[in-house]
Amino acid sequence: MNNVTTSVVSRQAPGQHHGPLVAVKDLEVSFRTLGGSVSAVRGMSFDIWPGETVAIVGESGSGKSTTATALINLLPSNGRIGAGSITIDGREMVGLSQDQMASVRGKLVGYVPQDPMSNLNPVWSVGFQVEEAVRANGLAHTRKEIKARAVEVLKEAGLADADRRMKQFPHQFSGGMRQRVLIGIGLAADPKLLIADEPTSALDVTVQKTILDHLDTLTRENHTAVLFITHDLGLAAERASKLIVMHRGKIVEAGPSVELLQDPQHPYTKSLIAAAPSLASRRIRGASASDDGGTTLDMARLAAHHHGTAEELHVSDAPVSIEVKNLTKVFSIRKGGFRTESLTAVDNVSFTVRKGSTLALVGESGSGKTTAARMILGLEPPTSGDIVVGGTNLNGISRKGMFNLRSRMQPVFQDPYASLDPQRSIGAIIAEPLKVHAVGDRPTRVARVKELLDQVSLPQAIAQRYPNELSGGQRQRVAVARALALKPEVVVLDEAVSALDVLVQAQVLQLLADLQEDLGLTYLFITHDLAVVRVVADEVAVMENGKIVETGTTDEIFANAQKPYTQRLLDAIPGSGIEWAP
Amino acid sequence: MLRYILRRLLQAVPVFLGTTFLIYFMVFAMPGNPIVALFGDKTPNPAQVAVLEAQYNLDKPFFVQYVLYLKNVLTGDLGTTFSGRNVNEVFGATFPVTLKLVLMAVVLEFVLSVVIGLISGLREGKYFDNASVVVALVLNSLPVFVALFLAQYFIGIKWGLAPVTVGRDTSWGAMFVPALVIALTIYVTGMRLMRGSVIEARSEDYVRTAYAKGLTSRRIVPVHIARNSLIPVVTNSAASFGALIAGTTITEGIYNIPGVGNTLFQAIIRGENATVVSFVTILTLLYVIVNILVDLLYAVLDPRIRYV
Repeated sequence: MNNVTTSVVSRQAPGQHHGPLVAVKDLEVSFRTLGGSVSAVRGMSFDIWPGETVAIVGESGSGKSTTATALINLLPSNGRIGAGSITIDGREMVGLSQDQMASVRGKLVGYVPQDPMSNLNPVWSVGFQVEEAVRANGLAHTRKEIKARAVEVLKEAGLADADRRMKQFPHQFSGGMRQRVLIGIGLAADPKLLIADEPTSALDVTVQKTILDHLDTLTRENHTAVLFITHDLGLAAERASKLIVMHRGKIVEAGPSVELLQDPQHPYTKSLIAAAPSLASRRIRGASASDDGGTTLDMARLAAHHHGTAEELHVSDAPVSIEVKNLTKVFSIRKGGFRTESLTAVDNVSFTVRKGSTLALVGESGSGKTTAARMILGLEPPTSGDIVVGGTNLNGISRKGMFNLRSRMQPVFQDPYASLDPQRSIGAIIAEPLKVHAVGDRPTRVARVKELLDQVSLPQAIAQRYPNELSGGQRQRVAVARALALKPEVVVLDEAVSALDVLVQAQVLQLLADLQEDLGLTYLFITHDLAVVRVVADEVAVMENGKIVETGTTDEIFANAQKPYTQRLLDAIPGSGIEWAP
Repeated sequence: MLRYILRRLLQAVPVFLGTTFLIYFMVFAMPGNPIVALFGDKTPNPAQVAVLEAQYNLDKPFFVQYVLYLKNVLTGDLGTTFSGRNVNEVFGATFPVTLKLVLMAVVLEFVLSVVIGLISGLREGKYFDNASVVVALVLNSLPVFVALFLAQYFIGIKWGLAPVTVGRDTSWGAMFVPALVIALTIYVTGMRLMRGSVIEARSEDYVRTAYAKGLTSRRIVPVHIARNSLIPVVTNSAASFGALIAGTTITEGIYNIPGVGNTLFQAIIRGENATVVSFVTILTLLYVIVNILVDLLYAVLDPRIRYV
């Protein structure tokens, strides 16, 4: 998209502003909090040219979203632009009144928010909310025209049956469909700049790809500049021509995407690139098993120094730890009145996981992977089929038997903010399984908690603290420590790293690999993220609509996927087409 | 939906049996003979008492009395008062008065809640917000009978702005003051609910998205903030409607309003079983029905809720 600059000039009316569409200079944004003013963006300067796509990349808390919302003053009520200037299309934005700002929003600058679930008002129909945008931006005036234009907007955004669905409510739309609605609203008035704040991070990879491809087409046709906010380097590089890397409110590095990805200058950018799992990455091994022996988190290096011996560490004649045979789960869904409909969430699924190895169960949302995991954990009774964990069949097991089995099989869940009781200290949380299963007395339990904290590389003093004092990564380590308290054989990791930033994710993945090596753990890894699968799994089972469509070793699947569905999932991994820094 | 309503109505059957039985038993167990009490200071003729007792089934054992009463109720006969009037007729005459009073009180309560709650929520922590909390707290901690006496004294007697009591004239205007007093003493719950949900709604993502569309506050406040915040307030008001229908006895007593509460109070004092039990039963059923309606109202206000 570098060759479009010439056409821009011809598109602009004579006498109109020339130069960058957006010019941000020395922007400072701070938030008022109880503890005083906290600076979120410090001395930020960048330009966006007409028709250009620029991505701001950074971890959570880096100030990337704050920058985006500051452009059209959508900051939360405690946020304030302290200094600097923002010019959009030749107009100064800092200091505009709310009413003046309203004439910029929507018309000059469109906005596509992050979470499609919370960004549409649940009590108004989708049509109402699109029509509202059409009317506000003066695109049509009579009721009929407004409705017609709204349908058009939705069709352009990729909702083919927009006519029929105008009267439906947001909860009757899937996440992908809602995001299309939001994209339609953002582009309704044909703005010169579209701010897309993590527009697809809540969606499945394949949906993400379709939606971003569509967004690309729309913005290219209309010559709309895009400011893309994301935490995903691969995605940013794939979609934007220019990258801005932010860290703690400042720009650490900026430049053309491919260049920046292949030849990063700043150490922070380098660490981000190294930590991001990609297709080129290799299975992470425990520190003791890898050649370089260090505490490296460098996946790119793992890729380069891939050693053939690694695969042989898991000999195929190790005893079977989890065996699932013809597992089926049918839910019955009430459809109003007396009708019910049955939904087969898991359909005749069979697989085995050998002791000390990792099986990744991969699929999009709704594919049944979490339901399968819940059945294996004994949290959900299967409709039919057998589950054998460590030689014990879950079918017809007594309450006491299940209780004993639970000590040998532990879960780690996705959201480290929701899975730890905020009212209890970290020490109490980790000791709870020991207490429930009456393992040891108080002093030995305290000692075991300390030992576990050491194992997950957390300071022992953390036992006296509470979950809210910990970062996301630390919390997930606590969740892992709790799962390991009873020395289980099997750990079920349900999207255990999906909520974490890439640097933290890399650390937790390394920790899991180390623990597997040291303790001979068996992992069942549930995830939608194939790039992560690449670095954690020995074997992969791909699920679609409740069925396993393909299984194989990780290398086989990634090198030579047989099923089109698997291939689609692989193609959808952001940044898969780009060569990364070695 | 239909199935849900049917299920809720079926649940009302044990409620009906339970309340009638309890009330009947409690009135039965009240000390003193109601027939004798009717004669006041005079000593009645025992034969006369026996005739009257037989007429009102008071000579039969408790369970027989109760079953006979149930049979009558189910055939639509709520019994007769001691003064010989049909209870159906008495209820028919008093209920519209109470309904009028309660409707007015609930509408006033709703308007106060929504308006004050909305402004408080939009100006969280500012002068208006703090002042409204103090005022609401004072009004809420005032017992309703104290508030009523104060209103009677100042508005009715000292300033002469409205009649001191209602009496026979049960027009909307005549009952405005007691209705307003009820509303003022209960609006705080709805107001705080509204304020809380407005504050919550203001920071919702969809409100930010509405601003990003280019809408102004003039549209966003009513359409995206107030509309969403109404859900708990409407249901709260509807619930207080149910509670008030059965709970205006004190107000009706002080303001001398010939409504259900007043009549019920007189009947309790006189020990008229049939009137007391019938009134309480009807009020209980009304309460149950209002609550079912409140639940159905949820589905109207929030399209995400569907009953199956």
